[in-house]
Amino acid sequence: MSAAAVHSLWTTAADPISKIDAPKIEYGQLSPTLIILGAAIVGVLVEAFVPRKSRYYAQVFVSAVALCAAFAAVVALAADGYGTTKARIAAMGAIAVDGPALFLQGTILLVGLVGLFTFAERRLDPEAHGNRVDSFAAQAASVPGSDSEKAAVKAGFTTTEVFPLLLFAVAGMLVFPSANDLLTLFIALEVFSLPLYLMCALARRNRLMSQEAAVKYFLLGAFASAFTLFGIALLYGYAGSVSYATIAQVVDGTVTDVDPALADTMGNDALLLIGAAMIVMGLLFKVGAVPFHMWTPDVYQGAPTPVTGFMAAATKVAAFGALLRLLYVVLPGLRWDWRPVMWAVAIVTMLGGAIVAITQTDIKRLLAYSSIAHAGFILAGVIATTPDGVSSVLFYLAAYSFVTVGAFAVVTLVRDAGGEATHLSKWAGLGRRSPLVAAVFAVFLLAFAGIPLTSGFSGKFAVFKAAAEGGAAPLVVVGVISSAIAAFFYIRVIVLMFFSEPRPDGPTVAVPSPLTMTTIGVGVAVTLVLGVAPQYFLDLANQAGVFVR
Amino acid sequence: MSFPLLTATAALPAIGAIATAAVPAARRTAAKWLALLVSLATLALAIVVLVRFDPDGDRYQLTESHAWIKEFGVRYELGVDGIGVALLALTALLIPFIILAGWHDADPLETGNKRWRPTQGFFALILAVEAMVIISFEATDVFLFYIFFEAMLIPMYFLIGGFGDRAHEHGEEAASTQRSYAAVKFLLYNLVGGLIMLAAVIGLYVVAGNFSLQAIAEARANGSLHMATSTERWLFLGFFFAFAVKAPLWPLHTWLPNAMGEATAPVAVLITAVVDKVGTFAMLRYCLQLFPEASKWATPAILVLALISIIYGALLAVGQRDIKRLVAYASISHFGFIILGIFAMTSQGQSGATLYMVNHGISTAALMLVAGFLISRRGSRLIADYGGVQKVAPVLAGTFLIGGLATLSLPGLAPFVSEFLVLVGTFARYPAIGIIATFGIVLAALYVLVLYQRTMTGPVKPEVSTMPDLRARELVVVTPLIILLIFLGVYPKPVTDIVNPAVKSTLSDVHKKDPQPEVEAAK
Repeated sequence: MSAAAVHSLWTTAADPISKIDAPKIEYGQLSPTLIILGAAIVGVLVEAFVPRKSRYYAQVFVSAVALCAAFAAVVALAADGYGTTKARIAAMGAIAVDGPALFLQGTILLVGLVGLFTFAERRLDPEAHGNRVDSFAAQAASVPGSDSEKAAVKAGFTTTEVFPLLLFAVAGMLVFPSANDLLTLFIALEVFSLPLYLMCALARRNRLMSQEAAVKYFLLGAFASAFTLFGIALLYGYAGSVSYATIAQVVDGTVTDVDPALADTMGNDALLLIGAAMIVMGLLFKVGAVPFHMWTPDVYQGAPTPVTGFMAAATKVAAFGALLRLLYVVLPGLRWDWRPVMWAVAIVTMLGGAIVAITQTDIKRLLAYSSIAHAGFILAGVIATTPDGVSSVLFYLAAYSFVTVGAFAVVTLVRDAGGEATHLSKWAGLGRRSPLVAAVFAVFLLAFAGIPLTSGFSGKFAVFKAAAEGGAAPLVVVGVISSAIAAFFYIRVIVLMFFSEPRPDGPTVAVPSPLTMTTIGVGVAVTLVLGVAPQYFLDLANQAGVFVR
Repeated sequence: MSFPLLTATAALPAIGAIATAAVPAARRTAAKWLALLVSLATLALAIVVLVRFDPDGDRYQLTESHAWIKEFGVRYELGVDGIGVALLALTALLIPFIILAGWHDADPLETGNKRWRPTQGFFALILAVEAMVIISFEATDVFLFYIFFEAMLIPMYFLIGGFGDRAHEHGEEAASTQRSYAAVKFLLYNLVGGLIMLAAVIGLYVVAGNFSLQAIAEARANGSLHMATSTERWLFLGFFFAFAVKAPLWPLHTWLPNAMGEATAPVAVLITAVVDKVGTFAMLRYCLQLFPEASKWATPAILVLALISIIYGALLAVGQRDIKRLVAYASISHFGFIILGIFAMTSQGQSGATLYMVNHGISTAALMLVAGFLISRRGSRLIADYGGVQKVAPVLAGTFLIGGLATLSLPGLAPFVSEFLVLVGTFARYPAIGIIATFGIVLAALYVLVLYQRTMTGPVKPEVSTMPDLRARELVVVTPLIILLIFLGVYPKPVTDIVNPAVKSTLSDVHKKDPQPEVEAAK
């Protein structure tokens, strides 16, 4: 046998390489993400080249401009019809540009913008050595309590790196719900997770707690990412592709040409079920659904409050967007398998979040458990598997994220000598000392509780209606029961603020700069407008409720 | 387009609430006058509605209809029938008296704090409750009704929890704890009721595809909307549960004595005479019209619960040591009568029930407000702390007696007519239940007269001896209420004329006719 013939036993001759096609990238359609990524890199350069004194202003300026420009790009794309008639798949099949993607990107960008304002707030903490300081550590690398930390504080260092980190996280979140293949999904997941882990560790006060929170978040998050990645590998083995459309076709059984390399595994249902379950697990971790919620309270409590607010709102939006796309575009053929499981997850999430929240004594932990309960409500809409289900989830996410950012912004205002006074007992009588702040917080709590005339009610009604129409009436009943349980602890905070006597050593309410005021004002305005006149936004969510395949 | 009269009756107090809340801290008295004027203007508008309403005309009148939330199939639809217009008028009538009676209830103890404005808050909240109650009497869209049915809990909650009697037998600390307990209990009971109703509201949408009361009722009547028996029963139970909590019906009543006991007397009147009426009103309008078959199915059970309410409420009222809680239990007993009248499914019963809602509002207001004046003088709610008041404050004692006699349904005073109608209506169909219910009247005589005897007669207690009689402001509150009680007791025709046609159409919705007299049946 000739050498060539022997060689051909284990190789085949490829076509001679004549040319490599350059990937075709639709820059216009990807512009929101590109703008944010570009600005993030500019932010890194600002850190390197701009003098320390002017960095803060340069960073805030760059970030704000980038977020506004990206939002304008999203609006322009939507106005162009990319959300409806011109919905398409861009970047060689990696990114979907469609209604849900644009709607969620717009939401994330706005949340990022109001979140940025709380990041940039420098009037709440007392001045340290004549320098105005924000909520972030002077020098993240210095050991808490060490001399180098004191020197950093004295020198007036600030961690202005948070602004590019924020932009990177936003960029990842923009890609996450629009990812149209599993690899893009995973990369987006890491791109937004890593900056969040970092930012969690950057609190100026209670640094040890903050670092502990970051380590917990990182370890558990890495574990979840590993699950996701394993699931992706299994799904690739099952379908021979990471593209959503192709996997969906294999699930449906419409693909018959089997890739010879994967002949043994392709179409093996065990791979499909295990792989899909692992990916969904990773996403449920990110949305904080029971039983993957353990990280939520610790991280929410330890992270700097502006980061918590941003993370609680934007991560949920991005992760639910990705979950929706995965379940509605990739796995609709599998819905008889995933629906019962998601039913169970939704039920334990709603009840678990609401019940455990009752015993909380820290306002940030309480809001963390409340966010778990809300994840359950949103899951009820996800389970509907109807177009109404998609649009109700979109609407809920938009409504919920602004309430969340606003509520955490209020938490940053209530302070005592040790920084933010997050223990609930310290909030006693706040309504008597600062009626306006207490009233605003009460509005947010009522919205969380889903009282009519707030955005919380419109959102809850939308998802429950979608769930009921999708045949999940028992889920609606569990939903209203857990709403009632949840109402109890929201009301408890209101009782504390308005009906308890103020403590003599109680906290003071800091007067914020217009930045935080804007965040809170936007939160209240969105809460009330979506509660009283939600028609326009429901319409928008409805038009945006169709995925491109 | 004609002037949106119904919207105006609700919008006026709503705007008034915002304006009152915005009055600066130092101008407390201006806030009070503003609130009073707004409530009087609302009353004037309500009278215009009453005049424009034609009892023999269409079922729903002065209707308004606008698109609101298309995605949910929700429209902003208003309209009043005879029952709605009567309760609308009652609400608008009582609010000025409540405001006037609570004139000093929310004066701040310390005036140093520039930001703390309890007075403005108190009157703004009362007006906000008025606006929400009025719109829930007017709504003919289930979703619209639900929103305000639920939203009115929030201002009510702040009224109960934020403002209490000045003096308390266990000191300020205990008073504050009990107040917030009462407020939370009120809110949780009603919120749970409301949320269960929310599930039923969503269910109704899934079945019917829209929220319009008239459209659904019509579709049910002509058979184009079919509901499975079990579906209808579940939806009915969801709605009824919320209304039974609100009304309140035994065994869901326990929040009422706490709330009425801890709230100031005007707020207690607001709860029992105004807000709770939404519950019984909604039973008539929503339960019977939307779910006629299920209503008939549930009637025996509801009648038994109503009966228990009547007897149980009256028995507990006899045993109370606290004046306000006594009135609360008496109210539970009276709500039992109202629900009995509604579900007896006879025209006398339902006319009587509607009339009862109006009369109970007026009589409880008279009794409770005078009791409030009494309590504010002595600083105690306990019956045992009083004695011989009629010797030092004869006018106060006299008005208290008239309020009490109205509560026990003395012939000649308004509640007698309605109680009589309810009992007649019940006898016609369920004689045994009618007989047992009558014992409620006997017990009412007991608790009212014993209360009067212990507080007003006998030797004058030393703490009572310097008690001043009713002041001019208090007389302005009590006199019109007493005149109304006597007028409607002698001549109830104006109210029954408005109510009767609406009751007839409600009864025809449930396909019930009045039972034929016994003699004819025997033939």
